[in-house]
Amino acid sequence: MNTFKNLTKGLIKENPVLVLVLGTCPTLATSTSVINALGMGAAATIVLLCSNIVISALRKVIPDKVRIPCYIVLIAGFVTAVQMLVKAFAPDLDKSLGIYLPLIVVNCIILGRAEMFANKNKVFDSAIDGLGMGLGFTLALFLMATIREVFGNGTFAGLEIPVLAENHISILTMAPGGFLVFGLLIACMNKFAKHKPKKKSFGCEGCPQAEGCSKNGCGEVKKEAEENGN
Amino acid sequence: MVTKLIVILLSAVFINNYVLSRFLGICPFLGVSKKLDSATGMSVAVIFVMLMATAVTWPIQKFLLDPNGLGYLQTIVFILVIAALVQLVEIILKRYIPSLHKSLGVYLPLITTNCAVLGVTILNIDSDYSFIESMVNSLGSGLGFMLAMVMFSGVRSTIEGRDIPKSFQGLPITLIAAAITSLSFLGFGGVIENLFA
Repeated sequence: MNTFKNLTKGLIKENPVLVLVLGTCPTLATSTSVINALGMGAAATIVLLCSNIVISALRKVIPDKVRIPCYIVLIAGFVTAVQMLVKAFAPDLDKSLGIYLPLIVVNCIILGRAEMFANKNKVFDSAIDGLGMGLGFTLALFLMATIREVFGNGTFAGLEIPVLAENHISILTMAPGGFLVFGLLIACMNKFAKHKPKKKSFGCEGCPQAEGCSKNGCGEVKKEAEENGN
Repeated sequence: MVTKLIVILLSAVFINNYVLSRFLGICPFLGVSKKLDSATGMSVAVIFVMLMATAVTWPIQKFLLDPNGLGYLQTIVFILVIAALVQLVEIILKRYIPSLHKSLGVYLPLITTNCAVLGVTILNIDSDYSFIESMVNSLGSGLGFMLAMVMFSGVRSTIEGRDIPKSFQGLPITLIAAAITSLSFLGFGGVIENLFA
């Protein structure tokens, strides 16, 4: 009954990139063009879907103490498979994504969903969750890439746009543009999203960077979230 | 030979800066750069792990995976090696150099999932560097990471406490500051090639 909600929460309300701010590295790096962004989004979605299904199916088999290494091996396996498929069927995409394709392994979103959702829920729910989160990731990438490509390069998915092509702001396709557009998008999200999700609902548990994050661990985030909630 | 090594080192630090132009290791860059001492601690740990990881993964790729046609296992093997290495380093530091463990310890577990470390090991193989060139490239990448972190912690301490529009508070203003910092690094493009041409 909650399947639909489960699927759509990743799109906007708990968007992994714009709201939870996970997986920033591939977001910034591969959003220079729409084609790259869609390719990266699709690759990550497939890995997320497969890893969520398998981790959820094995959740009673994997001992709790060694779960993180197990997850990493499973994820790395799927990433390798996707990498080989992309190399075989879309060599151009493989070239333009380059190093960021194998780096899906260390994408916080995937490990985060495994830790937060897949190891506690049934296979079907986990699959839906993975699909939703993957689509949310793709959506955010697509949005950023559209802004960066249309204004930075004057093209959309390779098609020239008449006026913008002559007056493009090429800094947007370069490294600083990535930070700038991402910052502005999150600011817009803060401005217009009225239902800010409590950080508690996701917490730092799933984030491998939690200990080093500016909140000094999850305790403080939880406290803050509770204070904000009250 | 020496010139080539210097070019590799300097380009890794300035032109292909891991954080500001390759977008690797953004999570610690945004997360740990709030204070200068934690930024330095994290960077030192990253340099250390990058060098260790390259020293281990390069021989594995060249002498174990490539001759046996197992190149496709690269990603799995490298991430496992890095994870194991980080654990090992932590245990050794804890046992023999507790003072260093105290200052680096908290950052070590985070590094396993730092994409800069996996990134540098894979890039060394992809660029066909020799062992020495790989080590120099790792050192340069680590130093570049440190430079970005230390510079950015300075920028952030200036932002702190300023009157910022509400929707820009927190992450957005940090990212925009990062954009400006990254802009300054664009200026290095081409300088190093021209210096040694």
